[in-house]
Amino acid sequence: MPLLRGKTIANLFFEASTRTRTTFELAAKRLSADVLNISISTSAAVKGESLLDMLRNLEAMQCDMFVVRHSESGAAHFIATHVAPHVSVINAGDGCHAHPTQAMLDMFTIRRHKKDFSDLRVAIVGDIKHSRVARSQIHALTTLGVAEVRVIAPKTLIPRQVQSLGVHVFHKMEEGLRDVDVVIMLRLQNERMQGAYLPGYHEYFQLFGLTSEKLSLAKPDAIVMHPGPINRGVEIDSAVADGKQSVILEQVANGIAVRMAIMSMALGRTPDAAASTKRERLL
Amino acid sequence: MNIYIKGGRVIDPANNVDKVTDLFIREDKIISLDKAPNGFQAELTIDANNCVVCPGLVDMRARLREPGLENKGTIESETLAAAHGGVTTLCTPPDTDPIIDTPAVVDLIRHRVAEVGKCKVITLGALTVGLQGSQLSEIDHLKKAGCVGVTNAYCYISSAGVMRRAMEYVASLDMTLYIHAEDKELSENGCVHEGEISTRLGLAGIPECAETIAVSRDLMLIEKTGVRAHFCQLSTEQAVKMVARAQHDGLPVTADVTAHQLHLTEMDIGYFNSLCHVSPPLRNHRDLDGLRDAVGRGVVSAICSDHQPHDVDAKLAPFAQTESGISSIETLLPLALRLVDEKGLSLSDIIAKLTCGPANILGINAGTLGVSSPADVCVFDPESYWNVTEETFYSHGKNSPFIGWELKGQVTHTILDGEVVFQLKN
Repeated sequence: MPLLRGKTIANLFFEASTRTRTTFELAAKRLSADVLNISISTSAAVKGESLLDMLRNLEAMQCDMFVVRHSESGAAHFIATHVAPHVSVINAGDGCHAHPTQAMLDMFTIRRHKKDFSDLRVAIVGDIKHSRVARSQIHALTTLGVAEVRVIAPKTLIPRQVQSLGVHVFHKMEEGLRDVDVVIMLRLQNERMQGAYLPGYHEYFQLFGLTSEKLSLAKPDAIVMHPGPINRGVEIDSAVADGKQSVILEQVANGIAVRMAIMSMALGRTPDAAASTKRERLL
Repeated sequence: MNIYIKGGRVIDPANNVDKVTDLFIREDKIISLDKAPNGFQAELTIDANNCVVCPGLVDMRARLREPGLENKGTIESETLAAAHGGVTTLCTPPDTDPIIDTPAVVDLIRHRVAEVGKCKVITLGALTVGLQGSQLSEIDHLKKAGCVGVTNAYCYISSAGVMRRAMEYVASLDMTLYIHAEDKELSENGCVHEGEISTRLGLAGIPECAETIAVSRDLMLIEKTGVRAHFCQLSTEQAVKMVARAQHDGLPVTADVTAHQLHLTEMDIGYFNSLCHVSPPLRNHRDLDGLRDAVGRGVVSAICSDHQPHDVDAKLAPFAQTESGISSIETLLPLALRLVDEKGLSLSDIIAKLTCGPANILGINAGTLGVSSPADVCVFDPESYWNVTEETFYSHGKNSPFIGWELKGQVTHTILDGEVVFQLKN
């Protein structure tokens, strides 16, 4: 679908990422855009070039879109407020703040399985405090009007006043998973074992790891999701990750389609729009 | 210069004066209130009709950035900004570059102020060498060089043992210790208040207990050592309550708050507004009300600007990477005055927090219009509205979240030692 032929998209990855970068790249290429992959840790940032200077340079090279992944919360917003108005900016994950395209592909995946959002109970399990994915999912789910969003984690991994985001807090899987329609597991970063957030992997898996036994508390047709990459035996048991309720690989596949849609819409080139400009030309 | 300030509402809380009258200045001294002394010939007459005439403001904490960070501000630019804000005396903390831990740096600042300064500048010395929190500075040398007190500024002394010895030593020199209470173990790498906004934006939060635990530890040590101590820029309701209790128990402690903490909360950060990145962080409404209450009840005896001018680049980055601080000396007076309307405090009460309150804490001869005191005077129109824009700032730093606000109360004249150092252009 050559909707973005002649457009240049720069993938600005200030932070390591395999999955997100690859799916963005694939999505852009399937739309026939020219793609520039820039990993900043190996680029000018280490030479002391300021973020803004770098953006000005890329702007001057006639880029139409920046896909930004950054370790600081608010980085994509900062970039969007300082680039020229014709440049689109897509947030591919900023610090602990947001990962909107991930949340959108998750919603797409849920919709394919569950149709109506208004009756759904969704549990998000794991490191809510440091998770941009969880924040964007909560934002999306509450916007779509689900019946209930639950977050399940020990207090160390629950951010202060998280209730203000519209969620219910649980500290026990056995209580939080009861009768839910969707279980979203979050990746546990290695760093959390330092700094007194958690005592160790073994205890974490026992308390918060998703096993078939714990999953049986959810609705029989509940689906299991994970933004990847998975830590098998830490947050999720392999039997569940590869089991029939898991839609984890489907999420990855949907990621490409959803990102294609987001990119073409942001650049104003949806199939409908393309068709109508073609019609206008014919007339 | 001989100046006749005519028909203003003279408010001098140090002497319980609040009446419409005349003020007379001869050379660098105030010589009379009400009646012209015999043979007085005015070289300048200021018509202060509808204006307030009060002592020049005393700002307990303002950074001039010189020496070391002249790209952000200089003694010349920032003392001019002070004069524009009605401030005639300011106190600068030791976190310059080089740090004020030797008399040489105190002398450097004094000489520079004598050359280009538009207000009086007093200094606090570093409590520990290089503000490292271990080895004490030569505090008596700093005192003799002119430092009115010592502080470790933003560098928290994590060792209670060092803090105890430091307090004992400072107490034996009869000096005041200025404390910025924030336990860095608890604030970690936080940049905003830990609460709704930190959760929403995914920014690392600083919990209230980073302040309250530090205050409570230091209150215990103050009780033990008997040192005279001052808590700088308290930000939480609980901390001011603890200070109130300590004052009630007779401990020699005082406290100040910054003007912006009385008007902004974490909500003003909105969506990553880096102009609201300050230390201590903007907290929630309950804290704001608690601080306002403490001002009203006199627990807090000074309101300061905590002026921190920055270059443009300092605020141009993702939120957590921006530098903290507000360029605030030119909005100090109008922000404090807002409490008259919003909190029902008297004009005289508010002016006390900006003049004799801080002067008493600092132990300096300022903040009064008493006969034969230095002729440092601020004349302002309390009913004049003005729009805060970058252009209204004399400071090099335009980093203010109040840009775009309409404020009430505008300085018309600032007089320093009998010379007009600022006059509002019409």
